[in-house]
Amino acid sequence: MLRFIFWRLLQAIPVIFVVITATFFLVRSAPGGPFDSEKAVLPEVKRALEAQYKLDLPLHEQYIAYLGDLSNGDLGPSFKYPGRSVNEILGSGLPVTAELGLYALSFALLIGVLAGVFAALRPNTRQDYIPMGMAMIGICMPSFLLGPLLVLIFGIYLDWLPIAGWGDLPGDKILPSITLGSAYAAYIARLSRAGMLEILSQDYIRTARAKGLPEWRVVIQHALRGGLIPVIAFLGPAFAGLLAGSFVVETIFQIPGLGRFYVQAAFNRDYTMILGTTVFLSTLIVFFNLISDVIAAWLNPRLRAQFKGGA
Amino acid sequence: MNTEQTALLMEAEDGASLWHDAWLRLKKNRAAVTGGVVLAVMVVLAILTPWIAPYGYEAQNLDLGATPPSAAHWLGTDIFGRDLLTQILYGGRISLAVGFIATAVALVIGVTWGAVAGYVGGRIDSVMMRFVDILYALPFMIFIILLMVVFGRNILLLFLAIGAVEWLTMARIMRTQVQSLRQQEFVEAAVSLGLPPSAIIFKHIIPNALGPIIVYTTLTIPSVMLLEAFLSFLGLGIQPPQTSWGLLISYGAETMEEYPWLLIFPGLALTITLFSLNFLGDGLRDALDVRGSKD
Repeated sequence: MLRFIFWRLLQAIPVIFVVITATFFLVRSAPGGPFDSEKAVLPEVKRALEAQYKLDLPLHEQYIAYLGDLSNGDLGPSFKYPGRSVNEILGSGLPVTAELGLYALSFALLIGVLAGVFAALRPNTRQDYIPMGMAMIGICMPSFLLGPLLVLIFGIYLDWLPIAGWGDLPGDKILPSITLGSAYAAYIARLSRAGMLEILSQDYIRTARAKGLPEWRVVIQHALRGGLIPVIAFLGPAFAGLLAGSFVVETIFQIPGLGRFYVQAAFNRDYTMILGTTVFLSTLIVFFNLISDVIAAWLNPRLRAQFKGGA
Repeated sequence: MNTEQTALLMEAEDGASLWHDAWLRLKKNRAAVTGGVVLAVMVVLAILTPWIAPYGYEAQNLDLGATPPSAAHWLGTDIFGRDLLTQILYGGRISLAVGFIATAVALVIGVTWGAVAGYVGGRIDSVMMRFVDILYALPFMIFIILLMVVFGRNILLLFLAIGAVEWLTMARIMRTQVQSLRQQEFVEAAVSLGLPPSAIIFKHIIPNALGPIIVYTTLTIPSVMLLEAFLSFLGLGIQPPQTSWGLLISYGAETMEEYPWLLIFPGLALTITLFSLNFLGDGLRDALDVRGSKD
């Protein structure tokens, strides 16, 4: 197991390095410097600014300096918000996005696993078709459509829930969490249905049934563990998707999280902010993929044995 | 006729009827057939848009403003008095074009890459697939946004950027296919006849791997369309004066409180198309008996 984790960590390092390098050179090759704004800036001021942000150095020296800063955990200053560092901005957005993602994922897991298991217990009956049809709707209904529709129905017509904000009014966290989570609920429902169907046809389930265990114990004690492996393996990639989804959801509901900062930085051409956020988010995503791989391997006895035997 | 000949004949018949069987299975799947028909209608409408659109694309009627659906404007008008049906038709042209063209880019790169890696094997294969693994681990959504920011919001770049991330799965599927195909006798026969590898790959291997390719292509188109709509919604994809369903949804969301039809109809157009493509893709997967094509 330790060897597996070590091996996966080793694979993650070049990925993160590629991200940093590619992002750095992409951003620096962008046409137009950050200070070529509409307002005319005195040449001396511009030069001083460029010196302050090390933009006067040759590109490779800038790159090495940036790597040096990064290794100290310093993502640099923001171009557009003088006096605020990228670290500060990320630090204020991260807890909000983390909370939103956590609620969305909990919603997705709860609804998705319930629907998937429920459908798998009676395949090809109405008990299967209805939740799976709903899952198909969930997959085909993108968050940027679902969000406004939910706001329209529950926020405006029924007037049950606030339409924007985060933590300002009671209940304002419900709609964003559902909007972000529903597509994942749909995927998880499909995955857990497929996983459960495969497990439920196996011999050890037949044995468990044959010895007279009640159905709910067969499902909960024996089938769920194996049947949910695909769901766990999906959680890593889902995390990346949740982050991308938070771009849209935070924009719709005006939530001050990472996603909204990223989209704003993209619009403002705040290059240090884009660079810093990309590096940070990418590292997070790679890290979460790693965790989900390790958990999936740990849950799957066959994979576990493979790594115990050395490979 | 000896037994060997009979067996050969039966095999030949099997080969010819594989597609026929698949077609029969597909025809029985009502959801997939409906999906295919709806999709065909959408494509025809998109192609014919300049001739059938009820109003000109640029035609405004500021006095009219936003009106709900009526006899003159079936789906209503937007705040500039532009006909929504016309906007949706023109937006659909772009959305579908992005879906098909970006998928085609992904198809060409992925199939070639996977076929070469799988066919050549050895060290070249492992280097090529390691490259795919690394790209796979990259957070591609962030990268597309980055590309759009750095190089400007250009529709051609959008095709390329989306195609460039969607080819990875295609390459993996293709490689697995090729690895199993190249050990078969007809490929050995082609090799012993002295055909160059490129001819073997394009004439013998790719046609035999068509099933999974078709299925995965059908399922890639909706995810590409979704990506385009997502970017356009954020304002990072299609730019005015061009329009797409994602862009129309984003305008609709801004004014939905007063003019809900501006959100609902473009949303319906996108959702119905995605539905059709997914049902068709699932149906094709069952009909062609392709398993695990998503990983």
